[in-house]
Amino acid sequence: MDSRRASRMVIDPKPKVRQVGFFTPGAPPERTKSSPAESLSSPPTSDMSPAGNSLSPVMIPPPRHASDNLSSSLGLNSSRVLPVPVPMSPIRRPSTGDNLNLPLGSYNPSESLLGTSLSPSSGFDDEGLSEDTSTSGWFVRGNPGKVASSFPSGGFDTTAMKSRNIPVVSNLTTVSVVKMPPGLSGGIAEKGGTLVEVQHEQVRDSKLKEKTSKAERRALQEAQRSAKAASRAEGSKTAATSGGVTAANAKPAKAKASQKKEGSSVASSDRKGPEKDRKKDVPHPRMQFDDKQRVEKAKRRAVVKQTEARNRVELFRHLPQYEHGTQLPDLESRFFQLEPMHPSVYKVGLQYLSGDTSGSNARCIAMLQAFKEAIKDYTTPPEKALGRDLTAKISSYVSFLIECRPLSISMGYAIRFLKNRIAKLPLTFSETEAKATLCSDIDRFINEKIILADKAIVKHAVTKIRDGDVLLIYGSSCVIEMILLHAHELGRQFRVVVVDSRPKLEGKALLRRLVSKGLCCTYTHINALSYIMHEVTLVFLGASSVLCNGTVYSRVGTACVAMVAHAFRLPVLICCEAYKFHERVQLDSICSNELGDPDVIAKVPGREDVDHLENWANNENLQLLNLMYDVTPSDYVSMIITDYGMIPPTSVPVIVREYRREHLWM
Amino acid sequence: MWRRSASFVLDKQRQQPDESRTERLDMSERPETLANPNPNPGISAYYETRAAHHGVVTSDWLAQAQAAVTRDPADLTLEKGLVAPAASSSGSAKAFSVIDEFNRWRKQPDLAEAVAAILALTAVIRTSEATTMMELEIELKKASDSLKSWDTTSISLTAGCDLFMRYVTRTSALEYEDFNAAKSRLIERGEKFGEISRKARRTIAMLSQDFIFDGCTILVHGFSRVVLEVLKTAAQSNKLFRVLCTEGTPDRTGLRLANELAKLDVPVKLLIDSAVAYAMDEIDMVFVGADGVVESGGIINMMGTYQIALVAHGMNKPVYVAAESYKFARLYPLHQKDMAPALRPIDFGVPIPKGVEVETSARDYTPPQYLTLLFTDLGVLTPSVVSDELIQLYL
Repeated sequence: MDSRRASRMVIDPKPKVRQVGFFTPGAPPERTKSSPAESLSSPPTSDMSPAGNSLSPVMIPPPRHASDNLSSSLGLNSSRVLPVPVPMSPIRRPSTGDNLNLPLGSYNPSESLLGTSLSPSSGFDDEGLSEDTSTSGWFVRGNPGKVASSFPSGGFDTTAMKSRNIPVVSNLTTVSVVKMPPGLSGGIAEKGGTLVEVQHEQVRDSKLKEKTSKAERRALQEAQRSAKAASRAEGSKTAATSGGVTAANAKPAKAKASQKKEGSSVASSDRKGPEKDRKKDVPHPRMQFDDKQRVEKAKRRAVVKQTEARNRVELFRHLPQYEHGTQLPDLESRFFQLEPMHPSVYKVGLQYLSGDTSGSNARCIAMLQAFKEAIKDYTTPPEKALGRDLTAKISSYVSFLIECRPLSISMGYAIRFLKNRIAKLPLTFSETEAKATLCSDIDRFINEKIILADKAIVKHAVTKIRDGDVLLIYGSSCVIEMILLHAHELGRQFRVVVVDSRPKLEGKALLRRLVSKGLCCTYTHINALSYIMHEVTLVFLGASSVLCNGTVYSRVGTACVAMVAHAFRLPVLICCEAYKFHERVQLDSICSNELGDPDVIAKVPGREDVDHLENWANNENLQLLNLMYDVTPSDYVSMIITDYGMIPPTSVPVIVREYRREHLWM
Repeated sequence: MWRRSASFVLDKQRQQPDESRTERLDMSERPETLANPNPNPGISAYYETRAAHHGVVTSDWLAQAQAAVTRDPADLTLEKGLVAPAASSSGSAKAFSVIDEFNRWRKQPDLAEAVAAILALTAVIRTSEATTMMELEIELKKASDSLKSWDTTSISLTAGCDLFMRYVTRTSALEYEDFNAAKSRLIERGEKFGEISRKARRTIAMLSQDFIFDGCTILVHGFSRVVLEVLKTAAQSNKLFRVLCTEGTPDRTGLRLANELAKLDVPVKLLIDSAVAYAMDEIDMVFVGADGVVESGGIINMMGTYQIALVAHGMNKPVYVAAESYKFARLYPLHQKDMAPALRPIDFGVPIPKGVEVETSARDYTPPQYLTLLFTDLGVLTPSVVSDELIQLYL
């Protein structure tokens, strides 16, 4: 199978370390190129490009072999480097179809795809595009001849559309945008949004050779036209050379809008039209912070003035990292002159920034309370509708909060809930009515999803604590504290091992509270875990989120504790409210995470003798990594205790499917 | 071992086995006396009944079986017509007790514990003097709680009670009817459960046929009515297979199963319980029943199942569980000790010296990772689906 080898050649050289987690789709550019190539002989593979685009950084690239067969059966000669529609396997196809209707677990792509597929009128006058959007051509299979003509452009448009669409949706660049067809990026660069990225040179080179179709040539022209604008960007080369998208004449208005609203992805998506409802189900793509232009732009608009940290770890450059301590005084000084932000939101933002409010429940509640205050003080400006204006307002608050600290998954759900409620407000409601409804909705959310859920969890979890147990807990989770206290009140005789870790040392505060209630505790650091594990009988862990594949996303170190416990054959119980369950699937801790202040791991307070890392930032060879979260594979989790009862990690999707949806719409 | 793959069996036309084979089991005797409300809570009533049903193969068991064959058919009709007298007598004398009722049903060997519980609860509805749904529900709740607390060790009893309560509180069909219609509907439904349980066994037997291929050797542990039904169906459809039965100490249920299988002309070999690993080489699959299927997808079954599953897992042999869906319970044991222990006296045949402890627990928990598939009347499920079904059923 020459074709297989060839395709591997395309694929393999790419994944250098840099691209591991978040650069999965090498697909889009290659695919664009591929479409014309295939259209020469017969195009059926190109119909998969939408699905290809929907490959998100966190999704597993589909198996290669299927497409290999495909290509060979198509009679593509092997000397042509087989483009990467390759990774599309037939199995994937249904998901393409689904993508149009239901949001899949994956992040960004489905959102952008939704946007594209549902808004054919969004400014594409390109014939290929309209063809594609209007027909189900993508999913047609087996009559290549018929569809062939539409494909060269069709395949493109999807990518183009998608990539163009992303800036529309938000400024949070997705991976696919980074690698998007350059013609398009050129077009956007023209509008000021510079999305170009220097990468995958090899791919591009090979791409050039293949340019054949009319569509591509035209795209190239346009790309060259736009190259002037794009040349400012360091990725201009990409744009000029690779070309290949017909959508360079993408409607500028949208792009502008996106810039205006940058950072508030939610808002823009909300205003976009009928597809917004569905889109809201999909989590918002995160901004990739290794994209310099976008970061620059985001910074210009940012309320919080942050300085980028230096010497960031290569693998984690896509995550935001700032010099800590620089922004707080600045923000504080502007407390009284900050026009657009409601003071309560501002306060919460500052609390996030300083770390006074932490823990996903606490942050979520604080945010909702702040929003409630803001809604109470809100008055609809003349000639505006409450539904739309308030949504925009909330979105701007959210983007401010994101600047202070990236959203937790719980907050994301709460925000979606709130926006949903706003969107669902009857038009006949007066302003006061609407505000009262929203406030009571917020209260109900806090009550049902957090407070009552915690009570239910405590009720379930206590049944697992027996006399004589030794419980190991890690970090500081409020629900686990409640469980321990409740079990203690019930008179269970048990001992608690509080495991803690630098730099946050959250366990100390928890330890103090537990001891003051009369619990028998042992305090140790995570270094001693394997020693202390001998005497433990049960491990209780909190979670920031539980993902659809049963993976637990939690405070860094949790995975370590769970693995050691598993090695000791101890049951690992995860306590997590169901509203923190998430439809995403994540396999590693890289693609989505949060970086803390690297200084805190460099300095040990009170220990001058170990301060060997002074001025570490000046040494280019030294990078410090302070991760905030990690993921625990479901293999190490015995049970997840949630408000719906005790479930195995394999049942998380059921909860997400059965309950989340309906409650969101309630 | 030839033809390891089961797929060729699918090519053959399956004969439809006749339905009326199982009726014989109905015929065993029904004790006339009512059991006292749990006389000895230290011993698992569930396992006592099981021992009574398919207990030791002894001469007096044979005598009992003999008697059962010649049983008076009037007894059966009386049982069917139990409805009216029970209602009238207890209605007048106020002597009705759900536990007695349950025990009466429980003594029927073909009736699963869960079904007996449901029938007992149906009787509660029948005798109830409630005039509203709410009242009835409260009454039922009380009855099911007392049933559950009467024998906390029986998982299927709990599951059956929960299931029926769920049905009563959840059924939308009840809402637009008047109370009496709803009540009779509930009763009708409850009475059907006995039938459902039998039907579930047929379904499971049919489903499992694809997995039993000619020339295979099957290890079974304990006596399970479902597993027996599975093997019986396989034998009836002229499959050639061999069965290895564990002895199943202390109540020697394996002997009983071997006895049943020998009647069907299935080649059977008896093993002592400790010979499982020794024999695992020649085994193609393990078939076990279950006392309860728990939320994790694991099963709670007669002592010894866990170690068999472990050995089978270690030797890459599939472990199949046959269990009716009413055995699904909302329990989630984390480890072996994390269950209400079902105790059962064990007779070692010799006096136990003072100071020597005896492990009398009657069952163990097999975690889901050691199970291959579960055959249920809902279909052939992987262990992780159990929780999905439970969530849909109870939430």
